[in-house]
Amino acid sequence: MVPPWTRLERMERKGVVASRRWRAAGLVLAAAALVAVALASVAYGSKPIAVNRVLGSFFTFDGSSDHLIVRSLRVPRTLAGLGVGVALGMAGAVMQGVTRNPLADPGILGVNAGASLAVVLAIYGLDVTSPSGYVWFAFLGAAGASVVVYGLGSLGRDGATPVKLALAGAAMSALLGSVTTAILLLDVATLDQFRFWVVGSLAGRDATILRGVAPFLGAGALLALGSARSLNTLSLGDDVARSLGQRVGLARVCAAVAVVVLTGAAVAAAGPIGFIGLTVPHVARAITGPDYRWVLPYSAVLAPILLLGSDIAGRVVARPGELQVGIVTAFVGAPFFVALVRRRKLAEL
Amino acid sequence: MDGPCAVRLRRPSASIRVDVRAVAVCGCLAGLIAGAFAVNLSVGDFPIPLGEVVASILGHGGADSDFIVRTLRLPRSLTAVLVGAAFGLSGAIFQSLARNPLASPDIIGVTAGAAAAAVAAIVLGGVASSAALAAAALAGGLAAALVVYGLAFRKGVTGYRLVLVGIGITAVLSSVTSYLLTRAEIFDAQRATVWLTGSLNGRGWEHVRPVGAALAVLVPATLVLGRAMRALQLGDDAARGLGVPVDRARLGLVVTGVGLAAVATASAGPVAFVALVSPQIARRLVGASPLGLVPAALVGAVVMLLADLVGRRMFAPIELPVGVITAVVGAPYLLWLLARANRVGRGG
Repeated sequence: MVPPWTRLERMERKGVVASRRWRAAGLVLAAAALVAVALASVAYGSKPIAVNRVLGSFFTFDGSSDHLIVRSLRVPRTLAGLGVGVALGMAGAVMQGVTRNPLADPGILGVNAGASLAVVLAIYGLDVTSPSGYVWFAFLGAAGASVVVYGLGSLGRDGATPVKLALAGAAMSALLGSVTTAILLLDVATLDQFRFWVVGSLAGRDATILRGVAPFLGAGALLALGSARSLNTLSLGDDVARSLGQRVGLARVCAAVAVVVLTGAAVAAAGPIGFIGLTVPHVARAITGPDYRWVLPYSAVLAPILLLGSDIAGRVVARPGELQVGIVTAFVGAPFFVALVRRRKLAEL
Repeated sequence: MDGPCAVRLRRPSASIRVDVRAVAVCGCLAGLIAGAFAVNLSVGDFPIPLGEVVASILGHGGADSDFIVRTLRLPRSLTAVLVGAAFGLSGAIFQSLARNPLASPDIIGVTAGAAAAAVAAIVLGGVASSAALAAAALAGGLAAALVVYGLAFRKGVTGYRLVLVGIGITAVLSSVTSYLLTRAEIFDAQRATVWLTGSLNGRGWEHVRPVGAALAVLVPATLVLGRAMRALQLGDDAARGLGVPVDRARLGLVVTGVGLAAVATASAGPVAFVALVSPQIARRLVGASPLGLVPAALVGAVVMLLADLVGRRMFAPIELPVGVITAVVGAPYLLWLLARANRVGRGG
C-alpha cells in the first residue's frame, strides 16, 4: 500500500492527464465547475434564492427584493471571490515556482501580513479609505515583506531551502501581525471593522472595491501567465536555465512583481486569506505535471472554486451567521500544510 | 570567575558544585526584578514616591496610596513576575527537550491551544472565574501539544518538523479563536482582543492566586525534573545509561511545561515571545552551560516587568498591552536568531 502522500508526489512529477488535448478539455471542465460554483454562491445564503430567479435577475430585472439581493449583494461578493481566488492561486503557483519551494504561499511566507500591515497603517495614519487608494500601500507592504523574508531565508551557503523560507515567513508574520494589533488597539474605533477584515472575508464587498483592484488583478495575472515559460526553465536550476539562454535575474524580478501585485490586490480586496495559494498549485500540478504553462491556468481556475466553495461552506455551516472565508480556508489548508511537512523529505520543486 | 567550583564542608562532610557565574547572574537578576518591581509600583498616572510605596505595603500609608498600591499595582506586578517566570521556565523546558530554540510553546501551538480553549470557555460557556479559565486553558494547551507532537512524530521527532507542524496547527487554532471572536458581542470581543495580545491590565488578587498556587506545585516539580532534563540533553542513550527513566521523565517534563505555559496564558493571555526569548537570554548571560531553569525563570520575570512598564508609560495615558511590547521586541530577536542559524548553516 503506497501512502497517499507518496502517491501525490508521484502524480505531481508526471501529472495524471498526459495529452495536451485532454488537459485543455480538463481546463474547460474546471471552468464549467467554476461557473456552477459561482452560481451556487449567488443562490445560497441566509435567504436561499432559486436558480431561475437568479438568472431572471440578470436578464429580466424586476426590482423585487430577491433580484435586488442578487444584484447588489451576492453578485459583487461572488465576483470579489472570483478575482481574489484567481489572484491567490496564481500568486501561490508563481511563488512555488520561483522559490522552488513546496511550502510557498502568500500567507505562510508573510506577504499577506506585510500587505495587511501596510493597509492598516494607511487607513490609520493617512486616512486613506478607498480600496483603490490603499491598494498601493498593500503593494508596498507585500513587496517589503517578500524581500525581507526571501533575504533572510536565503542566507547561508545552501540558499533558500523550503524550511528556512517557511520559518522566516512565520517569524515575519508574527512581527508584522503584532504591529498591526498594536495599531488597532491604539485606535479602538476601527477594531470593530477590522476584526472581520483581519480574518479574511468576502462579506460586504461591494462593486467599488472590485473595480478599484480589478486592473491590478488583470495586470498581475497577465504577468504571471507571461512568466510561465521562464518558471519552467528556472525549475531546472539557475545554471541550466542560464545555459538555455534564460536571463535568470530578469525572470525572477518579473515573477516577484507578479506575486506582489496579485497578493497586494487580493489583500486589499478581501483581507489576508491563507492557504489557497498553498493547496491549489499542488492539486493543479497533480493533474498536469510540472509544466507551468498548464499549472498556472489550472491554478487560476481551481483556486476560485476552492475560495467560493469555502465561502459557501462558511455561510451554510454557521447559519444564521457566517464563518469568514479565511477561517474556512485555514481549516482546509492547514492539514494540507502539515501533511506536506510530514513528507520524508521536503523535496525542492 | 567563570566555570563551576566545588565547595567542600568539613563537618558535616559534604561537597556541592557551585557555578559561580550562574549564581552571580541569578543574584543580579533577582536584584533587577526587585528594582523593576519597585519602579512598577511607584510609577503611573498617580506617581507615588518609593518611601510611601514601602509604607503602604507595610500597611501604614495614606488611604489613597494604600488603595493604589495594594489593590491595583501590587497584584498586577506580582502577576507579571509569576507569569514571566512561568513562561521562561516553560520555554526552557521545551527548547531543551527539542534541542531547538524555536520549539518554544508560543511557536509550536501550546499557547495558541490554551488561548483558543480559554476564549471558547468565555464565549460559549460563559465562564468567568479565573480558576475555571485556567483549567480550560490547561486542557486546551495539553490537547494542542498532544496533537502537534503526534503529527510531528515519524520514527521520532525532529526539531524542525515539530516547529513546522506547530506553525500549521497554530494557524488552525488561531482561526478558531478569530471565529469565536466574530461570534462574540462587540464588548466581549474587544476585551478578548486585548486579552489575546497578552495584557496585565486590571489584574487583581483573584488572578494572582491561581497562578501562585499552580507555580507552587509546578516549579518544584520542574526543578526536580531538571536533573533528568540535563541528562536528556546528552541524548536518550546516554541519559538511560545515567539511570534516567527516559520516557517517564520526558512525559513529566512535557506535562509540567504545558502546565506552566497554560496557567500563564490563562492569567495574562498568550504573551508573545517571552517563552522564546527568556531561555536564550539566560543562556547567553550564564555562559555556554545547558539551558538553566532558574535563570530562564528570572529573565522571564524581568522581561515581563520591564515590558509592562514600557507599555504602561510609553504612550501614556494610553496603555498598550504587555504582549504588544514583547512581540515588537521579541520578533526581531527571532528573526536575528534565524539569520544567525542560517548563516552558520544550521537552519534546517
